[in-house]
Amino acid sequence: MDVSFILITLLIGAAATYFAGNKWASKVALLFSIAAFAFTLYTVNIFNNGENVSFLKAWIKNPRISLNLIGDGLSLIMVLLTTSLTAIIILATLKNTFKNAKSFYALILFMAFAMAGTFLSADGFVYYIFWELSLIPIYFIALIWGSGEAEARKKDVIKFFIYTFAGSLFMLVAFIYLYQKTGSFVNGALIRVNLTDKEQFWIFLAFFLAYAIKIPIIPFHTWQANVYQKAPSAGTMLLSGIMLKMAIYSIIRWQLPIAPAPAKEYMHVLIILCVAGVIYGSILALKQQDLKKLLAYSSLAHVGLIAAGAYTLTLDGLRGAVLQMIAHGFVVVGLFYAAEIIIRRYNTTEISEMGGIRIQTPRFSSMFMILVLASVALPATFNFIGEFELLYSLAQTNIWIAVLGGTTIILGAFYMLRMFQQVMLGEQNAKPFADVTFGEGFVFVAIIGILLFFGLYPKPIIDFITPALENTLNLINR
Amino acid sequence: MTTLIAIAGLGIICLIAEIFNLRKAIVPVTIIGLLAILCLNLVNIPGVHVANLNMEQRSFYNNMIIQNNYGTLFSSLFIVLTIFLVALSPDFHKEHKAKLSDFISIKLFLLAGAVAMVSFGNMAMFFLGIEILSISLYVLAASEPKNVSSNEAGMKYFLMGSFASGLILFGIALIYGATGAFDIAAIYEAVSTGVAKGWFFPGVVLLTIGLLFKIAAVPFHFWAPDVYEGSPALTTATMSTLAKVAAMAAFYKLMRGINLEVPGTYVTVLIIVSALSMFIGNLTALKQNNVKRMLAFSGISHAGFMLMVFLNPPVTAGTLFYYAAAYTLAGIAAFAVVISVCGDKRNEESFKFNGLGKTNPLMAAVLTCALLSMAGIPIFSGFFAKFFLFSQALKAGQVAIVIIAVVNSIISVGYYFKLILAMYTKESTEEKQAVPFAYTAVAVVAILLNILLGIFPDMVLGYL
Repeated sequence: MDVSFILITLLIGAAATYFAGNKWASKVALLFSIAAFAFTLYTVNIFNNGENVSFLKAWIKNPRISLNLIGDGLSLIMVLLTTSLTAIIILATLKNTFKNAKSFYALILFMAFAMAGTFLSADGFVYYIFWELSLIPIYFIALIWGSGEAEARKKDVIKFFIYTFAGSLFMLVAFIYLYQKTGSFVNGALIRVNLTDKEQFWIFLAFFLAYAIKIPIIPFHTWQANVYQKAPSAGTMLLSGIMLKMAIYSIIRWQLPIAPAPAKEYMHVLIILCVAGVIYGSILALKQQDLKKLLAYSSLAHVGLIAAGAYTLTLDGLRGAVLQMIAHGFVVVGLFYAAEIIIRRYNTTEISEMGGIRIQTPRFSSMFMILVLASVALPATFNFIGEFELLYSLAQTNIWIAVLGGTTIILGAFYMLRMFQQVMLGEQNAKPFADVTFGEGFVFVAIIGILLFFGLYPKPIIDFITPALENTLNLINR
Repeated sequence: MTTLIAIAGLGIICLIAEIFNLRKAIVPVTIIGLLAILCLNLVNIPGVHVANLNMEQRSFYNNMIIQNNYGTLFSSLFIVLTIFLVALSPDFHKEHKAKLSDFISIKLFLLAGAVAMVSFGNMAMFFLGIEILSISLYVLAASEPKNVSSNEAGMKYFLMGSFASGLILFGIALIYGATGAFDIAAIYEAVSTGVAKGWFFPGVVLLTIGLLFKIAAVPFHFWAPDVYEGSPALTTATMSTLAKVAAMAAFYKLMRGINLEVPGTYVTVLIIVSALSMFIGNLTALKQNNVKRMLAFSGISHAGFMLMVFLNPPVTAGTLFYYAAAYTLAGIAAFAVVISVCGDKRNEESFKFNGLGKTNPLMAAVLTCALLSMAGIPIFSGFFAKFFLFSQALKAGQVAIVIIAVVNSIISVGYYFKLILAMYTKESTEEKQAVPFAYTAVAVVAILLNILLGIFPDMVLGYL
């Protein structure tokens, strides 16, 4: 049993879903996503028992490329995030009826396959293939099943595709250059090669373009809010919950160890760029009248802080980044799901047209409230742990940057609570609002359960990821 | 050698079959015959047949024909492409049933020309090959005598093409003057011992210009869009896949054969031509509404990509073959869909593709895959082709051209995706129509071969 089983399950699941037909697609997809999640848990378990779960098979002789899948604390936790969120996202869409559902669910599973592959690959070339492959399903999901006017949506989706494709092509050039140097694409070999500072700078920059667009870090963020707003909720959840984590993970796995010199030299520039995104995202979130756009900008602020933490090159920063990636993944999926429920019942995304929901739905509003509080990093939630570590790592670098980064909590509390007030509280709305059904409630309870459990007892995750991160840090400081 | 004779023989059999009124048998017999020739051809590759294990190259008729892996692999690719083109023919020409044997046999002769272009050992053979290919194409371009644009395309192609052939011939003459030989090996000998002087380099330049014309590289590309648009769609498919790649392969073989040490200025010129082809091809393609025209301009940019193989000639034969195979297979798949959608209506405006995702999901999926492959999205072989190409160029230290190529890959996404968008987001304006089985079969098989090549690149890379 090794990590390749997870990928195979997801890929077979995508095919099976497509051939199951529209009626059964959602159920088959759910089944396979849960199976993949179970496989991941099992793999994590045997990895904890000290077994080797990596996978290696030669693929192309010249240039030398191998199917090299690495299973360590870092990659496994990300795969765990991917498979668990995929199951949750599919569960969250069960209520909706999609036209051509078989393609929709097959694309979701295929995307999960590509994203899990990105997290697992230790061969730069295979990693690049998975990285690009994940772009195609989300392109079609946002394009075909998205909302809003077709022409505008088309423009935004193609902009998103060209942006990210452009960034990753430069990453490919960097990989090819490294291959010329080392004769190998394997992560370990690329890290060991001796590069001059100038070479490192250009390689760092090429990687940075790819990741900065995907995360996104300002000024590369312009695609984000529009795509989040127009994609169907499942697509938004996939994008914000998992896909942009691919970039942050890649910073830790590829960019920093391969080109540590520029990361150290320009550390402050990078961190300030990321923190600028935090403040910018928060301020824009304050102004939004559209619920999904507000969540998109809040997401921009949060991931900005995560990236800033990763670029501090401290153990706390890296660990905080990973913890917050997981926490943010769950919270943002929960929030978008809550937004989706409201939008589906009120048929509008304008915040001003909502309000007065709490009186009708005590259960839904309490769950939504917990998610909002988790999102603003209230102590006892998982997000608090991540955010705390991130801010602590920023403080180690420069106390003023930490203060600036800390505004994300204050501003976040401001716009999130104001949003909650406008959307949920107030006089009873003229339009009736049905409380959550069992299925919807189940999704919320699962997400909240995870956030609270690890908020109170984060030790298992911290113990799981710390060795891999210490290893990475040693490579950066070699 | 046997391949060439067999192909020409098959062409003659086609013509004879017409006399004996065996019209129905022509297409099946041709396809089976070509498959047999393909097997016969593949046996020549070392390792496939035990007897050939230690045989690098064999020559026939005083070095007129040289049989080596390069020629054999390219010939195999051409045969596969011709099989697809022949399979598309009966449905495409259903209104000219009486002329079917002509169309098929011309395609076979064209194939013979292409095979000669990659297995020559002598300038004379090279020129014969290029002329057989070109003349067949002139005829095919003008094969709809009652259609003005087809006439125009044929005339334009003929005038420009014969001019280019003239340049090539002139170049050959100059090289003969400088070295005293038509034989490639003898010319190489003369060049490397320093005997060739004076007229040799102008000869090479003239040859280059003529061949750049044949592959439609900027600034010798002006004929391509009009000819592509005016010719019947099936002929356009032939020109943009088989003919383009054959010219490219001949160009590469010739340049490697006669001057291995490419001088610096020559490389600079080729880099500029390559960059210009990419930029002009892609930027103009962005503006096209006619799908055939768009594919023509995209073909120009692909010619620019393929020219990058000259930056590191000793090692790029495999890359060129891989790129050619990836591009032509995607091209054939795309054209099979274009023909099935536009049929004989002679109107390939892109709105015809609106809503194809709903009316014919299979063909839409094939066209999507083909376009993704041309754009260079992973898992399709087009991506690996670009990847191998970029890595070879980087190895030769040409960073600038790689960056230009990357930028162009990004631009090309713009117009490829415009078509994909049209297929999936717009509502259909056309009546749903039944697609002949042959079109579907060719499209699916071609794209499957393309993907297979992407998953197992070692399948072909090991032999060159």
